[in-house]
Amino acid sequence: MSRLGAVFQGLREQNRKGVIPYVVAGDPSPDGTVSLLHQLVAAGADVLEIGVPFSDPMSEGPIIQKGHERALANGMNLSAVLEMVSVFRRDDQRTPIVMMGYANPIERFGYSAFADACAVAGVDGLITVDLPPEEVDEIDAALQAVGLDNIFLISPTTPEARIQTIVDRARGFIYCVAVKGVTGSGQLDTDAVAARVATIQGMTTLPVAVGFGIKDASSASAVAKVADAVVVGSALIAEMEAMGRAENASEIQIHGGAVKLLQSIRSGVDSSPS
Amino acid sequence: MTSEVTPELFSTVPDASGRFGRFGGKFVAETLMSALADLEQLYADLKDDKAFQSEFDLDLAHYVGRPSPLYEAARLSDHIGGARIFLKREDLNHTGAHKVNNTIGQALLAKHMGKKRVIAETGAGQHGVASATVAARLGLECHVFMGEEDIRRQALNVYRMKLLGAHVVSVTSGSRTLKDAMNEAMRDWVTHIDDTFYIIGTVAGPHPYPMLVRDFQSVIGREARAQSLAQTGKLPDALVACVGGGSNAIGLFHPFLQDADVAMYGVEAGGKGLETGEHAAPLSAGTPGVLHGNRTYLMQDEHGQILDTHSVSAGLDYPGVGPEHSWLKDIGRVQYVAANDDEALAAFHRLTRIEGIMPALETAHAMAHAEKLAATMSPDQQIVVNLSGRGDKDILTVAALDGIEV
Ligand SMILES: Cc1ncc(COP(=O)(O)O)c(C=O)c1O
Repeated sequence: MSRLGAVFQGLREQNRKGVIPYVVAGDPSPDGTVSLLHQLVAAGADVLEIGVPFSDPMSEGPIIQKGHERALANGMNLSAVLEMVSVFRRDDQRTPIVMMGYANPIERFGYSAFADACAVAGVDGLITVDLPPEEVDEIDAALQAVGLDNIFLISPTTPEARIQTIVDRARGFIYCVAVKGVTGSGQLDTDAVAARVATIQGMTTLPVAVGFGIKDASSASAVAKVADAVVVGSALIAEMEAMGRAENASEIQIHGGAVKLLQSIRSGVDSSPS
Repeated sequence: MTSEVTPELFSTVPDASGRFGRFGGKFVAETLMSALADLEQLYADLKDDKAFQSEFDLDLAHYVGRPSPLYEAARLSDHIGGARIFLKREDLNHTGAHKVNNTIGQALLAKHMGKKRVIAETGAGQHGVASATVAARLGLECHVFMGEEDIRRQALNVYRMKLLGAHVVSVTSGSRTLKDAMNEAMRDWVTHIDDTFYIIGTVAGPHPYPMLVRDFQSVIGREARAQSLAQTGKLPDALVACVGGGSNAIGLFHPFLQDADVAMYGVEAGGKGLETGEHAAPLSAGTPGVLHGNRTYLMQDEHGQILDTHSVSAGLDYPGVGPEHSWLKDIGRVQYVAANDDEALAAFHRLTRIEGIMPALETAHAMAHAEKLAATMSPDQQIVVNLSGRGDKDILTVAALDGIEV
């Protein structure tokens, strides 16, 4: 079984919900990313989502945009992200890693070369924001050939007939976007999310993770009541940014901001009865 | 041209998935997909609808002032010594550039969709002004996204937009120019998807934009074709237009694509020279990739990061280009060349002094190449240059470059 399959099965058996942190590879510093990932796992992450920095992150709000800009200023690129994953895998064989990014760096790398490199590094799944089902065939074939999951987004504007098309070709899990907007924006409408997740779950047995707009333990706990997992990104990055503003802040202190928030989200999720 | 290029080929693109050969498509986030599908459906319904077409034509005639003249620049032709140079006077349109042809069309679509809020990205500010203008006329709320750097160098247009009642949003991310304005407009669109119509200013973006902007701008080429025949009894030997995103160029070229004897030249911004890397010429010096919803030639590094561009003209300062141009390049139907900052500036002054026509700096790139081309041709041959816009907005830039304080 794939790492993603195993983790979600384990969660179901224990009647628990998943926590998926998102951080940008190379932000705030390339040397610290791998240790940050391990710390996030220790703080309760079930799956890791790693943002691949891109010069034009069109679906990101200002907080994650800045993360991309910092990472690029630090010299990050797709090959370096893959290298980080393989370093992470030396010490963690269990936690699934999903890379999230945009099509162009992958196009440039070459779809099948990229899929092969992912498999070698130990990546488990891929979310490419600007590859909707209409444009995904080529990379999907390359990923399937090496047993990787392509993960699709379903948004509040996706019509029901289209949800069926998407879940039919989805693997790993479904990423349900909770708000109309960019990452980090919007007011979460828990009732609407609940209805949406129920609709999706009526069409697939794949786990449904909800992201965009989850900021803290209470929003995470509310969403975890109705979904299989919660994704939190902007809030973690905002915490690190805030810690980094202090003069002479050490990397441990900066990472600590994200780790503390993730711990509190973990307990919020675990305390939410399902 | 490669052997499989037949005249019929040009009416087959884009295909149903928005492809021009391997270019184009719909590379956008899921949230936008249903809005694009709605737009596609609406446009399919209205495209050949007589009432819609006559509404559009009437606006072009009475509001924009079409047809724009095809003017023979006889003194310039004499000065160069070679082919006869004709100028398609889009600078005489209301608001001063070709951009308004497209904003009129898209505003009609917005009206049919019942949208009350429109957004636009702008580089030189011409598309922003044209969008603010149609929004004022239709009573729509208008937000124009503009890079901080462009706000500085196109201050006059910023004030024009404000006078027209538009909100100008300063974009401070990335390189603070047109590409970042487009990112920000896309972000606004996903956030306000229910009530907002995005008026894209060029033949880029996801399908169906490259197609519908081309269709709206093709009035330029249709008129130029008829005017050439009426005024000179034959078709031009060559067409020349500047290429930022490529809307004025495709508008001129498209109605001539099947005329195999008409040569076409798209002129990109060579900036400080292609060899310096400081330019905005993806067709001349870029590689294919995916940006802003379509696959096309881009300026990018070896890791697929989009590169900063440089051009003296804000309207050409864009690292991508409309996907149809990428296709026309690959099949060899259009030649893409570059004119650098200095050449454009010299052409700006020449046209101003010899013909009394002050072109936009974008347009001056087309003039620079047209002059070179004309010199290699004979007086019984003729060139049509798309005079895409007037230079009023650039006067402060030109003065600064010439070291003059206004
Ligand atoms: C006068 C003028 N010409 C040309 C352009 C470039 O755009 P496009 O290549 O879409 O015609 C602009 C853009 O701002 C412009 O203002």
